[in-house]
Amino acid sequence: MFRNIFNLKSFVPIVVFFIVLLILPPIIPRFYTYIIAVMFVTSLLAMSLNMVLGHGGMFQFHHGAFYGVGAYTFALILTKTTLPMWVGFAAGPIVAALVGLLVGWFCVRLNRLYFGMLQISLGSLIWAIAFRWYSLTSGDDGIHGIPMPSILSSLNCSYYFILIVLAICLVGMYLIFKSPFGTTLQAIRDNPQRCEAVGVNVRRHQLAAIVIATFFAGVAGVLFVVLERSVFPDLLFWVLSLEIFIMCLLGGWFTFLGPMLGAAITVALRTFVGIYTEYWTLILGVILILLIFFLPEGVFGYFIEKFKERGTTDMLEEK
Amino acid sequence: MDIGQAFTFAALGSQFLVGLSRAMILFVVCSGMSFVLGVLRVPNIAHGSLYMIGAFSAYSIFTLFGQSSTGFWLALFLAPLVVALVSLIAERALFCHLYEREHLMLLLFTFALMLILGDLVKLIWGAEYRSIMAPPFLRGSISIFGSPFPRYNLFLLIIGPIVAIGLWLFTNKTKIGKISRAAAVDREMVGAVGINVSWVFAGAFVIGCYLAGLGGALVAPTVSVTIGMDHDIIIEAFLIVTIGGLGNMWGTLVGSLIFGLTQSFGVLFWPQFAIVFPYVAVVVILIWRPTGMLKSVW
Repeated sequence: MFRNIFNLKSFVPIVVFFIVLLILPPIIPRFYTYIIAVMFVTSLLAMSLNMVLGHGGMFQFHHGAFYGVGAYTFALILTKTTLPMWVGFAAGPIVAALVGLLVGWFCVRLNRLYFGMLQISLGSLIWAIAFRWYSLTSGDDGIHGIPMPSILSSLNCSYYFILIVLAICLVGMYLIFKSPFGTTLQAIRDNPQRCEAVGVNVRRHQLAAIVIATFFAGVAGVLFVVLERSVFPDLLFWVLSLEIFIMCLLGGWFTFLGPMLGAAITVALRTFVGIYTEYWTLILGVILILLIFFLPEGVFGYFIEKFKERGTTDMLEEK
Repeated sequence: MDIGQAFTFAALGSQFLVGLSRAMILFVVCSGMSFVLGVLRVPNIAHGSLYMIGAFSAYSIFTLFGQSSTGFWLALFLAPLVVALVSLIAERALFCHLYEREHLMLLLFTFALMLILGDLVKLIWGAEYRSIMAPPFLRGSISIFGSPFPRYNLFLLIIGPIVAIGLWLFTNKTKIGKISRAAAVDREMVGAVGINVSWVFAGAFVIGCYLAGLGGALVAPTVSVTIGMDHDIIIEAFLIVTIGGLGNMWGTLVGSLIFGLTQSFGVLFWPQFAIVFPYVAVVVILIWRPTGMLKSVW
């Protein structure tokens, strides 16, 4: 099974890339280590969205809510309870997945745009609660200075922790992507009626995809807390959700690794453009318009189209 | 707040009027969004930004005329036209080239427009808080049900139905309105009888955005005009349009009323979570009636 999934040719560059990332932190300045770690967290989030958006064809408009739920759960367990650390690590993604199950259970009964609308309203509901429940979440102030155990105290340690979790999640996502379940999901995206006709339970597959995706979003939320040591209601706000949406599109949402590239580009742009001007969203908007007009397949999708004949990208391709 | 005092008839009555006037503002903004959605089938995410531009240009026009009551009326008249002009430029320069493309791309274009317009507002007007004064006879408050009620809100209660009736007359009685309704139902057929669909879309888009600007100019005296207004209104508008039935103007009115009233009664019952109530209402409605309360034009 694994031989079919990971063929050697595409496996080597990925391993090399991983090793480069492993030896980077001691060499590069602290600031860059931090930026790369932010990229890791954001790309995990974008990839988790793409499981439902790109592979499942569902308009998951409020994915950020689950990210925030994961982050808040982890933060609250660390600050409000005396439970051990690992409970928090486990609870973040699990609570996010449970919320995903609840939200998804209502949403999958609706089609396309109404799906997205119901999700925005449910997500906004979660946001409004976190924003107003001062006694629990500190409202719009958020929770800052969340204590971390000594093993994650330095930036380099959290960098390695995030990298390893990200790698595990990516392998997991890739296995799901290539599994019969993943293939069925893509078939549902392309033609739901036909899938229904051959006896696939479309709704249940979509719901399962949402739960899995929200689980990974919860993991990303936990990693965010590990890196930033704070949570605030903006994590649950719909603007962030649309930003993740753009990342998927920017990278190429019909590809597996595309969203990761999209997230990395977005984070890099925000960081380095942000140094020169406060009007960063203006530039994001212009880039988005250029993308819509000239690169509708996304950056990664574009390169895959270009190099298709050479056959070097078969791992990254979907078809 | 003392419970016994909170639930008096007077308190309920005045909260009802507050909610009603909030609903009128929401209706003016959302009817524009609903109109665009009905004809172009695109939820215009930039709608909130246009509303914000309406409020800011109203402020500028108001200041230009020495903050007089003439300035206020001119602002109310001209600010929506400024917004309509901005939307016309955006539509003719960029948006109209995308009509043949995938639906999601149109949606994302409006999001890009929101990002750009939001920052442009920051660039032009800055991040300070601004405010507009209504003319003297609309200032202050009068006594209704024994509790004070702002006069300006009464003015809003009059404007809302005027906009609703005007829009109804426009879509049902004028030729352009009828064409736009036809384009909403079957755009190929409208093209086949020799009507330039692209310009119909442009017209619908501009009218929708005009209403956003009008909403912004109307709301300006009641709130502090600042960046971030767009983020607050757009999700509300989205949800109102959805629970009403996509593109259905009367549905939008019902949705606005539900949103405005649940919010204002929420303040009475549980002030801390007042912003939660409208979302709960929306969730309940969408679960009960997944495609909105009234018939969608889609």
